[in-house]
Amino acid sequence: MGLLDTLKKIEPDKKESPFLHTLYDGFFTFAFAPDHVTKGGTHIKDGIDLKRTMVIVVLAMQLCYLFGSINIGHQHFSALGLYSGFVQGLHLKLAYGLVKLIPIFVVTHLVGLGIEFWYAAKKGHAIEEGFLVSGALIPLIMPPDVPLLWLAMAVAFAVIIGKEAFGGTGMNILNVALLARVFIFFAYPTTISGDEVWVAGLAKPEAGAMVEYGAIFTGFFNPLFESLGFTSFFDPTATVIDGYTGATPLSLAYQGGWENVTRVYSESQMWWGAIPGSIGETSKPLILAGAGILIATGIASWRIMLSMFVGAAVMAMLLNAWDATPFMSVPWYYQFWMGSFFFAMAFMATDPVTAASTNRGKIIYGFLIGFVGMIIRVLNPAYPEGWMLAILFMNVFAPLIDHYVLDANMTRRMNRANA
Amino acid sequence: MKNNILYTFLVALFLFSSNTAFAADSGSGSNILNLSLWGLAILVIFFLIIQVSDNLIRIEAKESGLDNKSQASVSLFPSFSNMFSAKKPSYVKEGSFYALKAGHDIALEGIAAKVVNAGAATTYAIQPQNFVGISPIPKVTVAVGDEVKAGDVVCFDKKRPNIKYVAPVSGEVIAVNRGAKRSIKEVVILADKEINYKSFPTLDLANTSREALVNHLLESGAWTMINQRPFGIIPDATDVPKAVFISTFDSAPLAPDLNFVVAGQGAAFQKGLDVLGMLTEGSVHLGLDARGTDAPSTVFTDATGVEKHWFHGKHPVGNVGIQIHHVSPIAGDDKVWTLGVQEVITIGKLFTEGKFDASRIIAVTGAEASTPAYVSTYLGANIGALAGTVGDNVRLVSGDVLSGVQKSKEEFLDFRDDQITTIKEGNEYEMFGWLAPMDARPSVSQTFLSGLVDVTYEANTNTHGEKRAFVVTGQYEKVLPMDIYPQHLMKAIIVNDFERMDGLGINELLEEDVALCEFACTSKQPLQSILREGLEIMREQA
Repeated sequence: MGLLDTLKKIEPDKKESPFLHTLYDGFFTFAFAPDHVTKGGTHIKDGIDLKRTMVIVVLAMQLCYLFGSINIGHQHFSALGLYSGFVQGLHLKLAYGLVKLIPIFVVTHLVGLGIEFWYAAKKGHAIEEGFLVSGALIPLIMPPDVPLLWLAMAVAFAVIIGKEAFGGTGMNILNVALLARVFIFFAYPTTISGDEVWVAGLAKPEAGAMVEYGAIFTGFFNPLFESLGFTSFFDPTATVIDGYTGATPLSLAYQGGWENVTRVYSESQMWWGAIPGSIGETSKPLILAGAGILIATGIASWRIMLSMFVGAAVMAMLLNAWDATPFMSVPWYYQFWMGSFFFAMAFMATDPVTAASTNRGKIIYGFLIGFVGMIIRVLNPAYPEGWMLAILFMNVFAPLIDHYVLDANMTRRMNRANA
Repeated sequence: MKNNILYTFLVALFLFSSNTAFAADSGSGSNILNLSLWGLAILVIFFLIIQVSDNLIRIEAKESGLDNKSQASVSLFPSFSNMFSAKKPSYVKEGSFYALKAGHDIALEGIAAKVVNAGAATTYAIQPQNFVGISPIPKVTVAVGDEVKAGDVVCFDKKRPNIKYVAPVSGEVIAVNRGAKRSIKEVVILADKEINYKSFPTLDLANTSREALVNHLLESGAWTMINQRPFGIIPDATDVPKAVFISTFDSAPLAPDLNFVVAGQGAAFQKGLDVLGMLTEGSVHLGLDARGTDAPSTVFTDATGVEKHWFHGKHPVGNVGIQIHHVSPIAGDDKVWTLGVQEVITIGKLFTEGKFDASRIIAVTGAEASTPAYVSTYLGANIGALAGTVGDNVRLVSGDVLSGVQKSKEEFLDFRDDQITTIKEGNEYEMFGWLAPMDARPSVSQTFLSGLVDVTYEANTNTHGEKRAFVVTGQYEKVLPMDIYPQHLMKAIIVNDFERMDGLGINELLEEDVALCEFACTSKQPLQSILREGLEIMREQA
């Protein structure tokens, strides 16, 4: 165990440099499972720990990451009328997507983990794994063109106010990743709404608008692709084509119902996710694959997912029955073709810390998220999508739901004593 | 009731969806569509009528007392739990049957072979600290060098001098060892080759009052066999239990097969049951094993004067606490007595043979034991001698790996334990051990591929992770087949909320019941010690 000995040798002193020691401890326990043995209580312990739990959630999102980075490029080139097939010009799309995604990922983690480490050192406890998942989720729910400074502020806000102020991992009331998103949404309402934000690299989605490629595309990727034998390159002279809108299916549905949506996007296009939107939210089958991993491993609650689906379906049916606006008349099952319902269901609502903690409570909690989220989506023109607000809203109510579930349990026991 | 609401809801949902899905077409006056909707509406009305009458039947049944769990359901509909739960085995002829879903069996290597070897222990000890609530320095009535017979008083608690703790074997007292703060840790007896028993009169149960019976048990030391819930204490002489519960099987990892242990002890076991039957105002309940393909020992199935309850499920289904919860939960100021099978036999032999016979058959188990097998010995035997030769980096546990106590070779089996587990220490670093472990390890979570196949694990004592705040929810409920919210109960204990602790059912639990939750805990929280803290607070309040 040469590596282990080397690592043990460079361990910083805990008293002299607490921050360095925390940092070291974080990375050391990442590389080596510690040699701690049980003391008192059970003599053997389950193989699972928080690191493993968290990393499985991160793994479940990897397909979304892969698809999201290609889709950033795909939407960009669609606006220019180039490479209309999803796999055409794949190298360009991937390169374009990664150039957008990697800075978002890096900034999220630098800011978020930096704050985590600092707090861990200050409080003198080990680095907790909570931000592994939050940090992986935040890039996926951001628009691809999000300014990095805003992102940094949003992450800092979410981690400090949303989590550390309450005592760290396991203590927060609101979903950290959604707090970062909601910060962006409410802090920069004029620049972050509208049709243009969902497609990267366009100042305005108007016909004839120029695209500005930075030096990294023309100076690095073009020569690289040339040397690799590709025949298509980033073209700085390309312009946005006529008739392009960049509108998401939801805003189209709001304007003119399902027919208006299908004029622009086909059903399979929406289902597979080649549409504008936040980075990781668009591809329904890949998100459902992730949800499948979470349910099969038992990491996320199927109760929340199922009841949230039922809640959204019931509300959509009620809206169908009401049928007052074009959006309300969108058949209830097509509501699931649009927007980020599945992403919110699989990865956001199921966060165990902020969700209801009793099994019965989870069913109520999920149902109400689906119910309320669909109301916000369809009835409120100010918000492009309902799930972010619905989940944060129900996060606040989760303890209340649990309170009543526990109360019922206590009453049952009390009745038994009195019987 | 719950099912009804669910059924109605589903039907309403179906009707709604079909209405709305076809709403666009109904304007065109499609006859088939209209007819089918009408048909559906008639069906629903018909269904609702049946529902209402079903509810009325159930209410009537409840009022006339027919609605007993052990009886067939009076409802017109099969309940969901009946449809999907395990089928009753054919050998279950009398008594009620419970199929529990929550739980988890941990398959470890080193199950004891079905042979009984003579135990090699020569020293035995009474350890006052085995008993909850005893004062740290009880009055020891023997001195080093004294000769004692099996059944002679060794010590008693100054707070409750009528409860006598007696010698399990005859021989010479060779040590009175003290622990922290001069507390009495153990009174050690070097056993004679041939055990001499103090002789007690064999009472005729028919002509004995309850008071005389209690006094006899107190005098002979057999009273200490009784464990009282809540809190897991030895009862006061004045306590009258609501019921007595005996679990006749142990579902813990590598637990001894009690069917094998009791072979040939039928008469003593039955006598013990008769005695206990006289001590309770309710009845003696026997929890029987309905997990296997074969019926349990006739010692259990032929027992008379008891109520029998059959249990099917995974660990902790064999824990008496779980069985009590399903048969007759502890509520209010209820007191329930529980005993192990071999403890019942000890009480029985006091009446059949007139002696305090604390002989025990112990299972020596675990992957590190040289010969995992049963050994015959006496209560409180020296662990090192029974376990035989074990390697250096091995932990000896009195009891099972979940709720047992770590012991050194020089120490002794705890009072109520009938198992020794040997297990390798896991004091090694492992590269990326949390992500890609080198060896298969038991887990309740479904995140390990080895969970998909039947494997027996050679587990070690590594914690497999560090302690964290409570993060994951719903995990404990998966392995605790009780109507209890363990995580919320633990949080109530941590913040000292008496009302909640009581309301959420702390009195129904002992450490062994939450041990599997502690094993499964992702955050590695010490649930058993948290629970004990809470129980101690409640005991002081009571």
